[in-house]
Amino acid sequence: MQQPTRSIDVVRAGLAKRYARERRFKTYGLLAVLAGLLFVSILFVSIVSKGYSAFWQSYVLLPVKFDAEQLDPTGERDPAVLSRADYGGLVKQTLREMFPEVTGRRDKRRLYDLVSSGAAFQLRQMVLDDPSLIGTAKGVWVPADDDVDMLLKGHIDRTLPESDRRLKDQQLAWVDKLQAQGALQQRFNTTFFTAGDSREPELSGIRGALMGSLYTLAVTLLLSFPIGVAAAIYLEEFAPRNRWTDLIEVNINNLAAVPSIVFGLLGLAVFINFFGLPRSAPLVGGLVLTLMTLPTIIIASRAALKSVPPSIREAALGIGASKVQTIVYHVLPLAMPGMLTGTIIGMAQALGESAPLLMIGMVAFIVDVPGGVFDPSTVLPVQIFLWADSPERAFVERTSAAIMVLLAFLIVMNALAVVLRKRFERRW
Amino acid sequence: MSTVMVADEAEVTEKRETKGTTRRDGRATVSRDVRETVGEMRVEEPRMRCDEINVWYGNKHAIRNVSLDIGKNEVLAMIGPSGCGKSTFLRCLNRMNDTIVGCRVTGRIMLDGEDVNSPRIDVVPLRAQVGMVFQKPNPFPKSIYENIAFGPRIHGLAHNPQEMDEIVETSLIKAGLWEEVKDRLDQPGTGLSGGQQQRLCIARTIAVSPDIILMDEPCSALDPIATAKVEELIDELRQNYSIAIVTHSMQQAARVSQRTAYFHLGDLIEVGDTKQIFTNPRHELTEDYITGRFG
Repeated sequence: MQQPTRSIDVVRAGLAKRYARERRFKTYGLLAVLAGLLFVSILFVSIVSKGYSAFWQSYVLLPVKFDAEQLDPTGERDPAVLSRADYGGLVKQTLREMFPEVTGRRDKRRLYDLVSSGAAFQLRQMVLDDPSLIGTAKGVWVPADDDVDMLLKGHIDRTLPESDRRLKDQQLAWVDKLQAQGALQQRFNTTFFTAGDSREPELSGIRGALMGSLYTLAVTLLLSFPIGVAAAIYLEEFAPRNRWTDLIEVNINNLAAVPSIVFGLLGLAVFINFFGLPRSAPLVGGLVLTLMTLPTIIIASRAALKSVPPSIREAALGIGASKVQTIVYHVLPLAMPGMLTGTIIGMAQALGESAPLLMIGMVAFIVDVPGGVFDPSTVLPVQIFLWADSPERAFVERTSAAIMVLLAFLIVMNALAVVLRKRFERRW
Repeated sequence: MSTVMVADEAEVTEKRETKGTTRRDGRATVSRDVRETVGEMRVEEPRMRCDEINVWYGNKHAIRNVSLDIGKNEVLAMIGPSGCGKSTFLRCLNRMNDTIVGCRVTGRIMLDGEDVNSPRIDVVPLRAQVGMVFQKPNPFPKSIYENIAFGPRIHGLAHNPQEMDEIVETSLIKAGLWEEVKDRLDQPGTGLSGGQQQRLCIARTIAVSPDIILMDEPCSALDPIATAKVEELIDELRQNYSIAIVTHSMQQAARVSQRTAYFHLGDLIEVGDTKQIFTNPRHELTEDYITGRFG
C-alpha cells in the first residue's frame, strides 16, 4: 500500500530545483556586475594608456645669449621696448649657433620647426620678469615642437619613407644629436595645467576649460540648489492639491526628460537674445544648466521630503510648532541627505553636458583662462570635443588627458558632496 | 453574563441604587439599536466642552453628533473597538485633523470661552495649550535635551539658558525620567528604550505647560513595566492637567481614568464614571464590549 505523501517529502523533492534556480539567479547578477566592471576597466585603461603621456612634454635646452644690442638698443630697460623686441629672432639665432652647419633657407626653416613657437613668448616673459638677464647667457628649457614630442613618445615611425613623415631625415638627425647632447628632455607638462587652449598642442592646456567648468557649475549650483529645494518644499508642504499643482507636477516630470539641447536653444533665445547677456559666458552656461538640472533636483527633493516619517511632523505640530518651524527644524534636516543626492546627480549631469553649451557659444576657441562668470570660456566636455576634432597627433593624447581631468573633477565634486551629506545625515 | 459580573453583584446593586439606573437581573437595559449617548456627558466644571461634533473623511461620516466634556483635573478614557472614531475625536481637540487632506470637522469645541474648531482660531497657540502624546513614541532625532527644549524655544518660554535648563529639568522630573537620563542629556532621544521614549514625549509635551494633554494610545507600543510607569505618571499629571486618553486596553482605562466614554462606529454610546461603565454598563453595546463579546 502506498504511503500517503507528506508535504515535507514534496518540499524535499523540490529543494534541489529551488536551490539551482537561486544559484542561477545569483550567477546572472554576478555576470552583470563583472560585465559592468570589465567595460569600465576597458574604458579607464584605454583612456589612461592614451592620455598619461600628455602629462609629459619634450623640452629643448637652448643656450640663449640675451644680447643687449638686440633686445634693448636704447639701454634704458624700458618695458615697452623690451616687450617689443624680436624674441623669435633670438630663438632662431640660438638655434643657428647650435647647428652652425645649417645654411640653406629651407634647412633653416626646418631647424626652427624643432622648437615650439611658444619659445619666443617664454623668453620674452623671462626678460620682462627679470631685465637683469640682458647681457648674460643662460641655458633655457623651451618646449619642443609637438612633432618632436610625438617622435620621442614613439608616435612617429622612422621607417616610413621621408615624404610620409612629418619630420624629415634631416630633422631626425638634429633631434638625435640634441638627445645625445642631453639637450632634449621629457619633463612634467606644467603648461597643460596652466594654459588655456591653443592651436599648438605643446602650448595648449586644460586650465581655461577647467575654470570655465568651475564657474559654470558654481552658477548652476548656486541657482539650482536653493531654487530646486524651495520649489520642492512649496510643492510638497504648502501647495494645495488641485488641478494646477497636478499640472505643474506633470510639467516638472516632463522637463526632466527634455533633450538638453532644447535648453540650449531656450538659453540662446532668452538669456542672450532677449536679456542680452554675453555669449560664451559661464553665467549663461550656468543659467542654462540650471534649467536643465532643476527638474532633477526638484523631483529628488520631493521624494526626500515625502520619505520623512509623518510621526516627526506630528510630533512638532503637536507641541505647537508652526508649519515653517516644523519644516526648518525637523523635516529639512532629515530630508537633506536625499536632497543632496539629487543635487549630486544633477550636477554630475551638468558637468558632462556639452550640447546646450554649444548653442550659447561656449564652443568658441578661447585662449585666455576666464577670470569670472562674464569672461568668455569653454567647459571640459566641449574642450574634449574640440581637441578630439583637431588633426594634430599630439591632441589625441591631450583629449584623453582632458577626459582624465574631467573624471577627476567629477570625483572631487562627488566626494565633496558625499562628505557634506555625511555631515548632514543624522548622527543617530 | 460572565462570572466576574456575578461576583460583583453586591457592588452592582449598590451602584444601581446610587445612580438610580434600572437594571433587569444585572443586565444592561438600553437596546443595541439605540445610538443616542447614554449617561451624563456633561460635568460641572468642564475644561473643554464639545458640542455636536461631526467628522467626515471625504464622504465617510467618521463621527456622528458627539457631545462630551473633559473635566478639570480628570482623566477621561475613550475606549471602543478599532475604527470607532475615538482617535479621530481626540485629534479634533487640538485640530490635528487639519493635517489630514479631505477631513472635515463640524460642531463646537469650547475652550476658555472660545470655539477652537472655528477657522479663525490659530492652531499654534491652541496646540501649545492642548498638548498631544502619540501612539508610537516619536522623539525627534536629536538629543534628549533638544527634544524637550524645542517646544519652549519656539514659543519663547525661556529667556536665558538657565531658564531653559530649568524647564528641561522640571519637565523630565515631572515625567519621571530625570533620574534615568540626567547624565546623558546630550545623547540621542531615539537611543532610549520604548518606555523611556514615550515618557520623553510626555516630558516634551508638558515642557510647554499645556492645560490639557491628549494621549492617543500612549502605551500600545510599550511592555507591561513601561506601561505601569506611564500609567503612574498619568495619575500624577492629573493633579495639574486635564487628560484625555484613548486606549485599547480596558484594564488601563479602568486603572487610570475617572470617566470613561465608549465609542462605537462613530457614535458615542455611553459616558459615565469609570467604575459604573465597567461594572454596570447601561447600554448593551458597552456591555458587549467590556465583557469581550467583540472588540
